Amino acid sequence: MSGAAKIGCAIIGSGNIGTDLMVKILRHSELLELTMLVGIDTASDGLARARRLDVAVTDRGIDGLTEDLDVLNRTDIVFDATSAKAHLAHAPVLEALGKTVIDLTPAAVGPFVVPAVNLREHLDAPNVNLITCGGQATIPVMHAISRVTPVRYGEMISSIASKSAGPGTRQNIDEFTQTTARGLERIGGAARGKAVIILNPADPPLIMRNTVYAFADDADTPALLESIHAMVDAIRAYVPGYRLKTEPIFDSLKSTPVSIPGYGTFDGLKVTVLLEVEGAAHYLPAYAGNLDIMTAAAKRTGEMFAESLLEKRATAGGSAHD
Amino acid sequence: MTDAKRILINDVTLRDGMHALSHQFELDDMLAIARALDEAGVGIIEVSHGDGLGGNTITYGFSKHTEEEYIRGVAGVLQHAKLDALLLPGIGTIEDLDRAVDWGISVVRIATHCTEADIAQQHIEHAKQRGLETVGFLMMSHMLRPAALAEQALLMASYGADCVYVVDSAGALLTHEAAERVDALRQALRCEVGYHAHNNLGLGVANSVAAVERGADRIDASLAGLGAGAGNAQLEVFAAVAARMGIETGCDLYALMDAADTLVRPMLARHGRAVQIDGNSLALGYAGVYSSFLHHARRAAERFGVDVRDILVELGKRNMVGGQEDMIIDVAVELSRKKE
Repeated sequence: MSGAAKIGCAIIGSGNIGTDLMVKILRHSELLELTMLVGIDTASDGLARARRLDVAVTDRGIDGLTEDLDVLNRTDIVFDATSAKAHLAHAPVLEALGKTVIDLTPAAVGPFVVPAVNLREHLDAPNVNLITCGGQATIPVMHAISRVTPVRYGEMISSIASKSAGPGTRQNIDEFTQTTARGLERIGGAARGKAVIILNPADPPLIMRNTVYAFADDADTPALLESIHAMVDAIRAYVPGYRLKTEPIFDSLKSTPVSIPGYGTFDGLKVTVLLEVEGAAHYLPAYAGNLDIMTAAAKRTGEMFAESLLEKRATAGGSAHD
Repeated sequence: MTDAKRILINDVTLRDGMHALSHQFELDDMLAIARALDEAGVGIIEVSHGDGLGGNTITYGFSKHTEEEYIRGVAGVLQHAKLDALLLPGIGTIEDLDRAVDWGISVVRIATHCTEADIAQQHIEHAKQRGLETVGFLMMSHMLRPAALAEQALLMASYGADCVYVVDSAGALLTHEAAERVDALRQALRCEVGYHAHNNLGLGVANSVAAVERGADRIDASLAGLGAGAGNAQLEVFAAVAARMGIETGCDLYALMDAADTLVRPMLARHGRAVQIDGNSLALGYAGVYSSFLHHARRAAERFGVDVRDILVELGKRNMVGGQEDMIIDVAVELSRKKE
């Protein structure tokens, strides 16, 4: 192999997410070398596409990866785009092999990460979790608010096109709302988080929309604006279709305090941020911004791990595999 | 046999009626109304945030009291009627459902947009395992043709639903359209069928009667029509019409009239609210828009200086579905920008 040093990565899962991630890595990554696409259905469109693109494939699931020692030795990072249940089985196998695992399922074996917010703190973790699509879209904005002023209550509502919601999401929609709410609290910095997801079947399908609401302590709105804009720019660096639908809206609650029953009364600032995510249309259509932001965040996460690995190797004086 | 046809009334005064008060129901009012409904012979009484369990949000508005206070409170006063809660997957969760069971519900209604029945599988199956009477609720039914609606209803029945509803959330169905949908479900399903009306086009009771004529087993209604938009099928009116048709509802008509006139109407007046077909609620039915959007759209119109009806009609054009209340701000901001 020639050219700049790259880090080998494999993708488990040849469905929509795994295939879109494959296309992103092949087309646009200067740091990641795709070693294998792992599926379980030999007739799947993802595996067929990988074969056409000269990517090694297996249809025997994770065993097909772990038993191929040539591929395994060239693989430092493994993306898991299967299901929470499958990931619980994959995680210990991959950890025992010393692979860095980036988990796109809701299994949450490792810490929650958002590349633009907290990934640097977890670059030594054996396994990180990408929360949910709505979480990747909204948690950074909550964080952008809470780093300026305390957020007492934070909420997100995500509207996605029905066509972009796969069986995994549909059969376990509570996983989305509960995981995203926890992410709003742990990484977004909201003292209490709440998440809502709505599926809209309109045809032509609507682009993913997210709204972030926060009840925050009174603060300087220019500072909040600057913080939110900086965060949106940081996300746009790896999700080009991510944008503010309109300027953030600030409403003072001083004269109209709001009571949350069983929790408290708030008379600070209500912040409303309307966001849109248009997909890059790599493998999935442009309306599926919810899937695009997951694969874009996964690719960015992989690249940050790759950079960190390359640096470690350089300082250790050793050479990379190639 | 010449047994009179019997219909089960599922009251929604205390749940859909929450929308009419922007969820600011006083606990005392709720308990008084629940007692009156129970004594009047209503079969099932629904208590939840207007948007179901877990609906307390900035998006939908916060209720005056906690879900626990409302549900435990009403459970404590009922002698005859069953108590139910509404749950919309995506808003409420199975954890919310389990808590409501502890507080005293014995029936749950799981609501999805009419094309998305499969997101309710987990919740319906869980509810059945908990031994609850479980009802599927297909919202915005005007957006789907009868045969396709029946397919979605079949999914809910296959998960274990004891009854599936045609829900006219936008109050947009014409009478023959309501009848066709109930008919399609009746033909397809072996379980019960229900109908939930909104009165935005003035057809709440008429469509409920058409539903009964096509074999509906359950009808949703509320005292004085208290509900989102122009309200639901007015319970005391429906009960009177049913009695004239020789249909048994098990309800005492005078008791319902008294509850509507002495409890619900004075309460509405105290809140400075009216449930009626005015230009705004009519626009909901006309444009096919989720009835709960009404008061949110009214506030957004004030905040951004645009016409409520323009917001509602634009939401209809964009095919917005139940729960997308945050899009009201989106539309209001865009309309106000165009005005500048």
